[in-house]
Amino acid sequence: MPEPLLDVRALDAFYGDFQALFGVSLRVEPGEVVAVIGANGAGKSTLLNCIAGAIRSSRDTIRFDGEAIGDQPAHAVVGRGIALVPEGRRLFASLSVEENLLIGGQVGRHGPWNLARIYDLFPVLAERRHVPSTSLSGGQQQMVAIGRALMSNPKLLLCDEISLGLAPIVVREVYARLSAIVAEGSSLIIVEQDIVQALKAAGRVYCLQEGRVALTGSAGVLTREAISAAYFGA
Amino acid sequence: MSAAFQVEHASRSSRIGMAVFAVALIALAAAPAWGGRDDLRLLSEIYAYVALASLWNLLAGYAGLVSVGQQAYVGLGGYVLFASTILFGMPPLVAVPVAGVIAAVVALPVAGLMFRLRGHYFAIGTWVVAEVFRLLSSQVSALGGGSGISLPAGIVTSMASSRQMREFLIYWVALALVVVVLAAIVLLLRSRYGLALTAIRDNELAARSSGIDVTRTKLVVYVLTAFGTAMVGALIFLQKLRISPDTAFSVNDWTAFVIFITVIGGIGRVEGPIIGTIVFFLLRQTLADLGSLYLLMLGAVAIAVMLFAPKGIWGLLVERSGWQLLPLERRLRLAADPRTS
Amino acid sequence: MEWVNIIIQGVLIGGLYAMFAAGLALIFGVMRLVNIAHGDLIVLAAYVALMTTDTLGLNPLLAIVVVVPIMAAIGYGLQRGLLNRTLGDDVLPPLLVTFGLSVIIQNALLELFTADSRRLKAGAIEVASFQVGEGVWIGVLPLLQFAVAIAVIAGLQLLFYRTALGRAFRATSDDQSVAQLMGLDNRHIFALAMALSLAVVAVAGVFLAVRTNFDPAIGPARLIFGFEAVIIGGLGSMWGTLAGGIILGVSQAIGAQINPGWQLLAGHLAFLVILAVRPEGLFPKVQT
Repeated sequence: MPEPLLDVRALDAFYGDFQALFGVSLRVEPGEVVAVIGANGAGKSTLLNCIAGAIRSSRDTIRFDGEAIGDQPAHAVVGRGIALVPEGRRLFASLSVEENLLIGGQVGRHGPWNLARIYDLFPVLAERRHVPSTSLSGGQQQMVAIGRALMSNPKLLLCDEISLGLAPIVVREVYARLSAIVAEGSSLIIVEQDIVQALKAAGRVYCLQEGRVALTGSAGVLTREAISAAYFGA
Repeated sequence: MSAAFQVEHASRSSRIGMAVFAVALIALAAAPAWGGRDDLRLLSEIYAYVALASLWNLLAGYAGLVSVGQQAYVGLGGYVLFASTILFGMPPLVAVPVAGVIAAVVALPVAGLMFRLRGHYFAIGTWVVAEVFRLLSSQVSALGGGSGISLPAGIVTSMASSRQMREFLIYWVALALVVVVLAAIVLLLRSRYGLALTAIRDNELAARSSGIDVTRTKLVVYVLTAFGTAMVGALIFLQKLRISPDTAFSVNDWTAFVIFITVIGGIGRVEGPIIGTIVFFLLRQTLADLGSLYLLMLGAVAIAVMLFAPKGIWGLLVERSGWQLLPLERRLRLAADPRTS
Repeated sequence: MEWVNIIIQGVLIGGLYAMFAAGLALIFGVMRLVNIAHGDLIVLAAYVALMTTDTLGLNPLLAIVVVVPIMAAIGYGLQRGLLNRTLGDDVLPPLLVTFGLSVIIQNALLELFTADSRRLKAGAIEVASFQVGEGVWIGVLPLLQFAVAIAVIAGLQLLFYRTALGRAFRATSDDQSVAQLMGLDNRHIFALAMALSLAVVAVAGVFLAVRTNFDPAIGPARLIFGFEAVIIGGLGSMWGTLAGGIILGVSQAIGAQINPGWQLLAGHLAFLVILAVRPEGLFPKVQT
């Protein structure tokens, strides 16, 4: 069986003395959309931060594209093809929309995404390209954050709570773009509090509860009850 | 319901520490009997540095106000002493606390300006203030202007019946001053203010949201530190019998050495400056002939300590052993606690 | 007319002060570090220029070409090897380490070069001046140095706002952790910023060496001038730093004219007044 694109095996994560993840295992195949759901504090963002290299782990707990990358720093992980859309957008306040996008491309990976293609995907950004990024609406800022991550031409895009704070209609708009992104060759992990949205967008789901994988399976197969039980803990 | 707990400050090691202090104090007070002139001078210098470093430690290690301009108050204290004795005929030893009071008053508007700066900029700002004091003092021709002035013989001899008595007197005052400074610091840290300071040191934002008036606490500490520093400065220059702008406001003597002492001994711990001063004087006795190389090494050692042992020598010792010399812990003893101390 | 000359002199030296300040402000902007050894590094640059002119026989103003890369390399190494370890939430380590560095540099220079005052000779240009009006003269060297200061500041502005490196600086300054997630290696970015700062320091140091007598102990005063220029001008604007330098220079010139012993005091007074009535500086960056 060919190795998955991303293979996380028995990952533990600590903040100082506090353990946030306990033996979490997860895999993503090329072209897949995987959702990670769970209550606040379940460890979803921690998981993404570990994968992205913002939190260092032991080498072999995270394998990507055939290589062990667990102990790589964040700036090296981007170079290998994993990009994070951080929770809360975290755009660079002193930079304009276009400059934020350009920073994303600074790592110089080749691929289908460039400034023109990002503006195709999110036309509203083209109109406001020289505006300070933080003066945009929430939904537009989310588009900039996604665009910024796409500029590094990732094989795996990590989306941390992209629906947070956005009106439902805006959420639908943003999620509509995700299929275009997958079509261009990136796999996705989406972390979501909005379970309905997550199940609609993803093929497989992992549910985290207090740092452990409580449930995993295909989005279409898992029942409401099973998810509730896993989400809140029986 | 009666009070359910008590706060205990002492521990076994601190009781031993206090006992050691008491014995040392008696021995040092008797120094005029067993020591010569040079010994007394050296000891007085040690006391001055312990006091200055302890005060700097209070300001930087506890209140988080890193000043590289405390020489402003050392010099101010010295100049107020010379001014009050020469120009206003005050007895020299009375002029020492007067210098402290005047420095405290001056510290208020200085703090008003300096508190507008944060962190590193605050540090440089305090340096600017010290420079301003230096420049102003060289404009005061009544006190010797740029070349400075010596304490007139009449004032010197008025202090005591003989040169020897005078030197004993200054020595005892120096010893008393450092004991008072240390005791005041310990008492301050044991009080509510001390608790507030520790909170501020650990996390200023959290301290603020717990209702602590951070600015007022810092102001109190800044003013008290200026008060103490100026008295030490007044005594230093009383002993030297001569003052000039460059010696009064010397960055090397009153800030660089003090900072190195505190860093090497251990910032944020009261025992640190004491240990640091001892180490500093040991180094000085052995290495001072090297002149600028000595300062260079001191700088390098301070950097090394800051990078590899940021808690200083005392910090390292405490981590391994849990000792404390001075009774500064806070432990809660529950009323129904069957454990004995 | 005397006053016009005084003001002009003050403005021109303000350019030098602005260069002292620019290096300081750059570092603070990118990594929130204030380098207490900054002034001593300016003096170090002056001594490097001294050694360069002695060994190569160059005119000091040409020696800039050699001094700048040397100082930039020192900056990169210093940041990467030492100062990067001090960065973090605590204010104390970088402050104390750079203070220690200041002491080390001063005393190392003292050991190597003694406390003797030195000055670099730039030839006839030092005394050349031209007349711009009735009784109003401008020195060629001060004017050249002012022009260079403007060029340096303009260059820095350009770099920060029009280049990829400048973008990287600004992004790292905004949010270090997210910058890492975008592929920027902080250790390298910070080291580049320090290299740039010391490149500016190099230019300032050479001009200092030609203009005034220098010795190992004059570093702290340069740090203070740079710092005062930054505070007067306001954090966040390079052009504000230039304005701050000019105001400082003019204050000092006016003070010196009234009474020679008041030169430095007048500058400090200007700084304290601004701190009292407008602590954010005259041209602070408007935060969105």
